Amino acid sequence: MTVFQPDREFALGRARPRTPDAHDPSTVDGTLIDDPGVRAPLVLGNRDFRSVTATICGWIEDKTPKWWFPAFFIAANVAGLGTVMILYLIITGVGVWGLQIPVAWSWDITNFVWWVGIGHAGTLISAILCLFKQKWRTSINRFAEAMTIFAVICAGTFPGIHVGRVWMAWMLFPIPNYNWIWPNFRSPLLWDVFAVGTYFTISLLFWYMGMIPDLATMRDRATARIDEKVTFGPLWAPHPLPGFIKRLTITLPANRIAAYFYGILAMGWRMSSRHWWNYEKAYILLAGMSTPLVLSVHSVVSFDFAVSILPGWHTTIFPPYFVAGAIFSGFAMVLTLLIPARALYPGMKDFVTARTIENMCKIITVTGSMVGFAYMMEFFIAWYGANPNEKEAFLIRAFGPYWWAYWIMVTCNVVSPQVFWFKWARTSIPFIFLISIVVNIGMWFERYVILTTLSHDFLTSSWGYFSPTWVDIFTFVGSLGIFTTLFLLFMRFLPMLAISEVKNVMPQADPHHPMYHGHGHGNGHQNGGH
Amino acid sequence: MASAPDQTGAAALWGLAAEFSDPAAVSHAAEAVRDAGYTRWDVLAPFPIHGIDKAMGLKPSRVSFFVGFGAFLGLTSAILMQGWMGGIDYKIIVGGKPLLAWEQSMPIMFELSILFGGIAAILGMFLTNGLPMWYHPVLKTPALSRASDDKFFVVIESADPKFDRAGVEAMLRGAGALNVEEVER
Repeated sequence: MTVFQPDREFALGRARPRTPDAHDPSTVDGTLIDDPGVRAPLVLGNRDFRSVTATICGWIEDKTPKWWFPAFFIAANVAGLGTVMILYLIITGVGVWGLQIPVAWSWDITNFVWWVGIGHAGTLISAILCLFKQKWRTSINRFAEAMTIFAVICAGTFPGIHVGRVWMAWMLFPIPNYNWIWPNFRSPLLWDVFAVGTYFTISLLFWYMGMIPDLATMRDRATARIDEKVTFGPLWAPHPLPGFIKRLTITLPANRIAAYFYGILAMGWRMSSRHWWNYEKAYILLAGMSTPLVLSVHSVVSFDFAVSILPGWHTTIFPPYFVAGAIFSGFAMVLTLLIPARALYPGMKDFVTARTIENMCKIITVTGSMVGFAYMMEFFIAWYGANPNEKEAFLIRAFGPYWWAYWIMVTCNVVSPQVFWFKWARTSIPFIFLISIVVNIGMWFERYVILTTLSHDFLTSSWGYFSPTWVDIFTFVGSLGIFTTLFLLFMRFLPMLAISEVKNVMPQADPHHPMYHGHGHGNGHQNGGH
Repeated sequence: MASAPDQTGAAALWGLAAEFSDPAAVSHAAEAVRDAGYTRWDVLAPFPIHGIDKAMGLKPSRVSFFVGFGAFLGLTSAILMQGWMGGIDYKIIVGGKPLLAWEQSMPIMFELSILFGGIAAILGMFLTNGLPMWYHPVLKTPALSRASDDKFFVVIESADPKFDRAGVEAMLRGAGALNVEEVER
C-alpha cells in the first residue's frame, strides 16, 4: 500500500528539469499559434496529472507567500475603513453622502451597478464558455467565479445601505408582517432584488459544486499528513527578527484542521465515475440556466433606469448595452486580478497561457466596441427620435457640467480597448494590465454618467450638481478593500484553478487519444475480445 | 453476527480495487467488467472520463428530472406569490399599472424558475449520488486516495452477487490492472 506524500519540490518545478518547449518565439509561450489548423496546447510544461495536482494544491499547502501578509494587512484595513463608513452612515443617516434632490441616486447606485457588472464575466466564463466548449476557460473559471461572488457581495451592500433605514431592508422581501403589506411586484427595484438574489445564490452554488472534487483532492492530501503538526512563526515581522519575536511561535494540528475543513466541504466525494456522471449532468444544466440568468441580471438592473420615464434613461437599448458593458468590465477585472496572480504563483503561467490572456483581450475589444456602438446609438436615437427633452438630456450629458466624466468614459471604454487590434498590445502583459485598469475606471464612469442625468431636472430651478463627500469616497474605497480581502482569503485557502477540469482538457485525459491506440487495442486482444 | 468466524476474512472485505495507469486502460477494463455482468462496481477517476458512461453501461442521469421539477416549482410559486400578494391580498395601485399582468410578472417568474431549478440541480446531484457520505470504505483506503490525483481504479464490491475473490482478481489482472488491492469494510 502506498501512502501518498505530496511533493512540494515537484510543485515548484524544482525536482525535475523542465524540458525546454521548442517553439517559435513569435508564439510567446508556444500558444499563440496563428495557424487555425493547429490546436494550441492548453497546459504547458510537459505536465502529467500528478504535477497538475501538486502545483495547484502546492499554492495552498506551501508556506504563505511573503507578499500575502502585507497585501492582506492593507486590504483588511481598507475593508475595515469601509465598514466604519457604513456604520457611520447607519448611525447618522444618508445625509452623510453627497446625494440630494435632484441627484438622489449617486455613488451608491454607481457602485452597485459597477460591482454587479464586474461579476458578470465570471458567469460568462463558467457558463457561456462552458456551453460553447471553450476549453481555455478551465484555467480561469474558478478564479473568475470567485471574483463574481465577491463582486456581488460588494454590490449587494450598496442598495442595502442606501435605503436609509437599514433595519427596514427586510421589507424588500415578501415576508409576512403585521402591517399587512406586501412588496410592490410591479416595480423594477423589486425585480432587482430577485435578480441579484438569484444571481448570487446560483453563482455560489455553481462555484461550490465545481469545487467539490478539488476539495476532495485537498482533503486526501491533508489526510495523508494528518498527524504532522505545523509551527507558525511570527507572521510578517521584519528580518532579521529580534530574538523575542522569533520565539513567538505557535504549533497547531494544521493538517488535521485542513483535513476536516476540506473533508466536510467535499461532502464525501470519492471520485466515483457514477457520481461524475450525475455531476456532469448537473453542471451542464447549471451552465445552461446560468447563461440566460447572466444576461437577465444586468437587463433587470438596467430596468431600474429604463422603466422610469426620464429622458436619457427611458431607452430600449439599456438592457443589451448594460450586459455588454458588464462583460466588458468583468473581463477587465479578471485580467486585473489574474495578471499579478500569474506572476506571483510559481507554475501558474503553464495553465494561464498567453493565449488565454489574448482571448480575454479580444473579448474586451468586442464588448468595448459594442459599448461604443451603444453610446453612438443613444445619440443617434436622441436626434432621430426628435424629442427635444431626450436630445437635450444627451447634449447635457456630453457637454454639460459633467462633460469631463462623459469624455473620461468615452476615452477609457471606446478608445482604449481598440489597442488590442494590435498583436503587440495583446501580448504585452504590463500593457494589458494597464488597459484592464483603465477599462475598470471607464466603466465606473459609465455608471456615474448615467446617474448624473438626474442633475438636469425637468425645471431649471431644480437643477443641481452632485459632489461626493469624503464618506462617499471612503465607502467606495472600502468596498474595494472588502473585495480584495475576500479574494486574498480565497487565493490562500481554496484551489485557485479547477484541478479536475484542467486535467480533463489535457491530451492524456482523452481515452481515445492516438497515444493510447496501440496500448488500448493490445489490451482488447489479450482479453480475446468481448 | 452470523458471520462471526469470517470476521477477519470475507466479512471484513468490502471489495477489490484494481489500479490502472491511464483513462484508456481503465475504460477498457470497465468494458470488461460491464460485459462480465457485475452490478455493484465503480470506476474511480480524478476527472469525468469521456465515454465512461458507455464503458460502464450507465443509465441516463436523473438529475434533469430534479431540475425540471425545481424550475416548474419556481415558476408556479412566482405566479402564485405575485398573484396572491399583488393581485388579491394587497390591492394598491402604483403608477397606474394594473394589479396583475403577465408582463410585469415575467422577470420574477424567470428568476424564481432559475433559482429553484439551480438549487434542484445541486440537490439532485447530491441525492442521486447518495451524498453527503463522509464515511466510505473507499475513503478509508489510503492507496485509493490517488484517485483524486492521477490514478484510475476499478472497484468491485464483495456484495456483488457475482463476486468471488479469485475470479475477480484474475479478471481485473487480465484487463491490465497494475495492482489489485483489498478494500476493507
